[in-house]
Amino acid sequence: MTFFLQLIVTGFAQGMVYALIAIGFVIILKCSEVFNIAQGHFVLIGGYLGYTFLVPFHMPIWAALAAAIATAIVMGLIIERLILRPLLGEPVLAVIMVTIALATILGGLATLIWGAEYKAYHGLLPTITLNVGEISIPSESLIGLIVSVICVAVLMLLFRYTKIGLAMRATAEDLQVVQSMGIRATTVYAVSWAIACVVGVIGGILLGGVSGANMDLANVGLKAFAVVLLGGVNSIGGAIVAGIILGMLENIAAGYLDPLLPGGGLAQVFPFIVMIIVLIFKPHGLFGLARIERV
Amino acid sequence: MGLSTGTFHENYAQDMAIFHSRPQWGIMAVFVVFLFACPLFFSDRMLTILTMMGIAVISVHGLNILTGYCGQISMGHAGFMAVGGYTSAVLCAKLGWPFWVALPTGALAAGIAGLIFGLPSLKIKGFYLIMATIAAHFIIIWTIIQLRSVTGGPDGLSIPRPMIGPISLSSKASYFYLTLILACLGTLLAKNIIRTRAGRAFIAIRDNDLAAEVMGISLWSYKLQAFFIGCVYAGVAGSLLIHYYSFASTDQFPFFDSVWYLGMLIVGGMGNTTGAIFGAVALRLLDELVTMVGPILSAAVAPQAAASLALISHGLIIIIFLIFEPRGLAHSWEMIKDYFRLWPFSREE
Repeated sequence: MTFFLQLIVTGFAQGMVYALIAIGFVIILKCSEVFNIAQGHFVLIGGYLGYTFLVPFHMPIWAALAAAIATAIVMGLIIERLILRPLLGEPVLAVIMVTIALATILGGLATLIWGAEYKAYHGLLPTITLNVGEISIPSESLIGLIVSVICVAVLMLLFRYTKIGLAMRATAEDLQVVQSMGIRATTVYAVSWAIACVVGVIGGILLGGVSGANMDLANVGLKAFAVVLLGGVNSIGGAIVAGIILGMLENIAAGYLDPLLPGGGLAQVFPFIVMIIVLIFKPHGLFGLARIERV
Repeated sequence: MGLSTGTFHENYAQDMAIFHSRPQWGIMAVFVVFLFACPLFFSDRMLTILTMMGIAVISVHGLNILTGYCGQISMGHAGFMAVGGYTSAVLCAKLGWPFWVALPTGALAAGIAGLIFGLPSLKIKGFYLIMATIAAHFIIIWTIIQLRSVTGGPDGLSIPRPMIGPISLSSKASYFYLTLILACLGTLLAKNIIRTRAGRAFIAIRDNDLAAEVMGISLWSYKLQAFFIGCVYAGVAGSLLIHYYSFASTDQFPFFDSVWYLGMLIVGGMGNTTGAIFGAVALRLLDELVTMVGPILSAAVAPQAAASLALISHGLIIIIFLIFEPRGLAHSWEMIKDYFRLWPFSREE
């Protein structure tokens, strides 16, 4: 029982980080109808940025976080301006392929700058330990949970109470109305990419703080897709719920089934199995809008 | 598409013909003869590159029918290649089947895998289908690794050299001929599939699936047919790839290849059989260039430069084509031909 609860608690914290990364994806999708395959590579860059600012630059944790966020905003704006804007209005395959190409380039840049090596920096994040009965919550999970909750709260406030947040919500609702009201859709797109980069990078630092930065961080993006599909592609609340569900399921599956299988590694394919099942039986996810086609 | 002066189409058959004039027949014949003469004057290294190009051409033809013509985007093509490759490898290595039986059986197995993973396409499209096919790739590779007793799992599987009857295909030239013949047959078949009822149905589904269904085209049947045909091509290509190395390993089918085949399709031109050939050849050439330049760059800049050059050049080429030439090399090729056909009246734009 303790083992089970331990898995649940770790999964919950991990799922919250997945949810954070998935939110970046959902924001871009809602605002500009672009499926951003490169979300996982923002995480990868984030993990390495965290290493760079904390280890070679010896920054304190808050400065490192601020520097990483600033880099992420610049990165998001550049990507939107150079790559996505020329493809406005192109068919869905072209836009998806361009984000795939972007993912490849980001992977190449990470290889070039950091040498595709394993860079450890755990222990540099602050430590908090919490014991509830027999379950000990690992410090990294707790930090991840706290930071993710803060980020989600900040985003919610941004959407609710700022002008740009309002513009973003309006764009998600109806692009033509927004344009006729004199709101620049391109600004909204740029901001949505910047936000997606920021949440990806923060997620990368959190995950990098647990397991170190390496090229596998990009695969977290694939888990984020499973989260997004399970929650429904255009629902931020759905992404949070689905993130937590997937985090728990993954930990339970890995904890109980991996010893039974010779090759192990179920945690790697698990998100895909969830994905296929969701796509076959409930293509619009738990909270997504079913698109009705009329002839 | 322009025609040379004096060529008129008076009926449907002429309009649908692959070759419109005698000179076209002649040029094609000369080109095919040239291809078959390649082993006479090319080194083994060049033949290896050409064989790899041939395998890519076969694979991209399959993807072109599925994605370019039928509009069902598949990002698990390398996974389906792995199904075909491993099936024929296991049949040859464990059961001692002859190569020429194992290759079609592997292709059939890949087709069946395509049917299974194509099932979600009946309900979903666009991004959702991409996700489903990405999932298909990873599930296939994971299953192959899990079936260790049959496939050798992570250790791989050695296969005897392929034989067709008494002829051994151990030399580079003989394997090149096999690939070339299959690639030519594949191209001919792809050209003709598109001219049949099924081909027209694929195009209708791609352009507007609702309209197609209203017109009485069974989406269920034709989408699955497209998946089957596309994956059979993938299976043939996968078998050829594995038998070329006489060794089966899941490393031969990385997820990146699935993306890369789509890249070939985009660079060549979607929904164009000639484009599939252009794309496969052009991007294989780029690969070769990267392998040549990479070590020089690694020595000059940093050891990891070669790996990052490969990734960055691959990404950049796709972005450049999507932004500046979304219709691909096939379209550029038509423009060049038109320029010379109309010369000196061709207009600079």
